[in-house]
Amino acid sequence: MIGSIAAWFTDPANWQGPDGIPARLLEHVEYSVIALLVAALLGLSLGLLIGHTGRGTFLVAGVANSLRALPTLGLLILVVLLLAPRISGDLAFTIPALLVLVLLAVPPILTNTYAGVQNVDPGARDAASGMGMTGGQVLWRVEFPCALPLILSGGRSAALQIISTATVAAYVSLGGFGRYVIDGLSQHDYAKMAAGALLVAALAVVADLLLALVQRYVVSPGLSGRYRGAAVGPQGAAARMGADNPAAG
Amino acid sequence: MNWTWLKANAGEIAGWFAIHAVLAAVPLVIGLAIALPLGWLANRNRIVYPPMLTFSGLLYTIPSLALFVLLPGILGTQILDPINVVAALSVYTVALLVRVVADGLASVPPDVVQAARAMGYGEFGLLVRVQLPVAVPVIAAGMRVAAVTNVSLVSVAAVIGVPELGQLFTEGFQLYFYTPIIAGIVLCVVLAMIFDATVVGIARWLTPWRRAGRSA
Repeated sequence: MIGSIAAWFTDPANWQGPDGIPARLLEHVEYSVIALLVAALLGLSLGLLIGHTGRGTFLVAGVANSLRALPTLGLLILVVLLLAPRISGDLAFTIPALLVLVLLAVPPILTNTYAGVQNVDPGARDAASGMGMTGGQVLWRVEFPCALPLILSGGRSAALQIISTATVAAYVSLGGFGRYVIDGLSQHDYAKMAAGALLVAALAVVADLLLALVQRYVVSPGLSGRYRGAAVGPQGAAARMGADNPAAG
Repeated sequence: MNWTWLKANAGEIAGWFAIHAVLAAVPLVIGLAIALPLGWLANRNRIVYPPMLTFSGLLYTIPSLALFVLLPGILGTQILDPINVVAALSVYTVALLVRVVADGLASVPPDVVQAARAMGYGEFGLLVRVQLPVAVPVIAAGMRVAAVTNVSLVSVAAVIGVPELGQLFTEGFQLYFYTPIIAGIVLCVVLAMIFDATVVGIARWLTPWRRAGRSA
């Protein structure tokens, strides 16, 4: 079993051409990055808007919970059948599949952005407006940086959801590592399926580690506790804001 | 919607619905049974906590289709064996619940624990009669996520040919026929709602004092 999987990996034929590992990796990463960027754009702007204004909160709770219950496979197949005949050329199956990837990735980003902004210490927000910041400045200089840890963990969940669903989407003829699983199944080639599964699992783990690293270095040191002597957590940030400004004490 | 087709296949669909429910429910029970002692250990022993959470986070990262394919190789089962689905979803449930149980136990106020100790509760009695009941709302919130996620993930197994509601999707795709796909999505959502309501109901039943506090 392990021998046949190792043999699959060491076969040079599996490392070149349009069905080779580098080509499939590139496809999988390409779909995932495009879907994540679009989802981040939508989820961030909506989440910041809802969190900052407090309007449309019903949208957050309702959409996020009901989308989790939707079966991803059913959604993929339904959207592909609906849209594929209306799109011509090579992208007939790619665009509908990407659409579903985006649809599934928006909720975690949206809800975490909203929750992150909502959870910002009211004291920090008040202090910012008291210092004369406009609504937009409060949003970008206080609420957004304070919400960033939660936003980024939403991004991590979204990325995992995308990589996982992109694998399933090989069933509706999307490229990427899922191809090995689906093609291996129809060819009764378990080594190929297992290799595909291992590659996808490795990709997911590496992507999650990379995003964890980003999270570590992008989040303000005052929030993450990397700032010398600072207390950890949002309360720490609020305390620091107070400490930096004697009048607020 | 083609109602004639639905009527003609109602028996088969009902069977898939039942299998789907079992495949999603059994891992919840197994997962909770494994996560409880692990979460207790992680909460009690702060050295175990970080590596255990890192490991369960890692398990949760693995895409479901990959796990469905890899488990037969690890367990020595056939690729179509429903055991693979149950095992894979149990892994996810444990991975999700270990953190929830540990955090739930940690959320029990220290003075409650001290009061219980002063009343003479032993380690096991303290856990079963004080800490776990107080942690029920937190654990139930995690169970709701796991329950709804499991229902959705079971349908993915149809890609490798395990018969359940996901079969409606693959069949609809092959026949270019919308009725089974829409029926499958609706039934999956209904099943998820039933699971969610069941978890909420059990949690309410386990915490009568929360209701009493509200009505008083």
